[in-house]
Amino acid sequence: MPHIDFAPGLPGIRGPMAFSPETARPLNDLVNVLLRTNANHPDSTLSEGERELIGTYVSARNDCFFCQTIHGSVASHHLGDTDWSLVQSVKQDYTHAPISTKLKALLAIAGSVQQGGKYVTAGQIDKARAEGATDRDIHDTVLIAAAFCMFNRYVDGLDTWAPESRDLYQYRAQKVVEYGYTHEDPYMPPA
Amino acid sequence: MPHIQLNNDAPGIRSLVMYRPDTGKPLYELAQALLRAGSADSTLSDAERELIAAFVSSQNRTFFCQQSHAAAARYLYGEQAPVVDQTLENLETAPVSFKLRALLTIAQRVADDARTVTDDVVEAARAEGATDGDVHDTVLIAASFSMYNRYVDGLATLTPDDPTAYTAMGERMGTLGYVLPRPN
Repeated sequence: MPHIDFAPGLPGIRGPMAFSPETARPLNDLVNVLLRTNANHPDSTLSEGERELIGTYVSARNDCFFCQTIHGSVASHHLGDTDWSLVQSVKQDYTHAPISTKLKALLAIAGSVQQGGKYVTAGQIDKARAEGATDRDIHDTVLIAAAFCMFNRYVDGLDTWAPESRDLYQYRAQKVVEYGYTHEDPYMPPA
Repeated sequence: MPHIQLNNDAPGIRSLVMYRPDTGKPLYELAQALLRAGSADSTLSDAERELIAAFVSSQNRTFFCQQSHAAAARYLYGEQAPVVDQTLENLETAPVSFKLRALLTIAQRVADDARTVTDDVVEAARAEGATDGDVHDTVLIAASFSMYNRYVDGLATLTPDDPTAYTAMGERMGTLGYVLPRPN
């Protein structure tokens, strides 16, 4: 049972976001700019799907079921991964997943950030650059990984409830792709 | 030296938000909402919020965030400033309220592994008078510093060694709060 008294029936992060709209607003602004808007910047080579994969990978390492499932579902939506097998392969062992060597190098950085910022090495940065990552990509990777270390802790630290239904995560992924991250839309599909 | 070209010589997170105001804006707004306003029913003072931030940063060994938020907490505690360093040195013996000690225990668990925030540690905080807002704000302060610390360390930003640099920062944070610096 959640540690504090949320509006009942709101899954994952949406419970605490409804409890605290003042902090929900900058939290949603942060993911919208990091996971969506920045994908279209001329100096970015990371697509929305790749950004979602980084968030999913970090959430899986933090064992946060809600975050890895919803962001995995958004990543799959962007990447045409209808059976979720690509996302599964990244979570299990990204070094053998069918993704670019640049993304693998950035996932190595994200994995270090998940352990702690000081685990990121100059060698990892050089490798990502050699594979074509820009400074902007490296910045965004570090901040996406760091931000998911926050979101995962927010969701699990308050012991929020996570739905099991795959259909619901796929429905929510469509909504995110349509209009972005918000704490103000109705969560469940119309009855 | 920072891992990427930031094009300014500001320290810590300041260098990052000047380089990237697009992400800097929500990051500073979050800090302001959490460390200065807080949930409606929360009983935590600004000084206590800064202490939770410094405590988590100390646990994560991010010197810049630990020093700057400790300086802000000392400034806001005024005459009670010594409690800040006593808490960072030893939570068990520090002269803080039972409620704050219980909330700092929750913060410690969030930073370490959020799945270990059990019903009993939350109940212990409630028994000392912590409200839903206090529990919420403590969890999100600890979670957000698990992000800020990783952001600052993960890009190897500049960390001043000189303690007086942090005194000035703490006074600025204590009086003005979190105001986005002018971008590069």
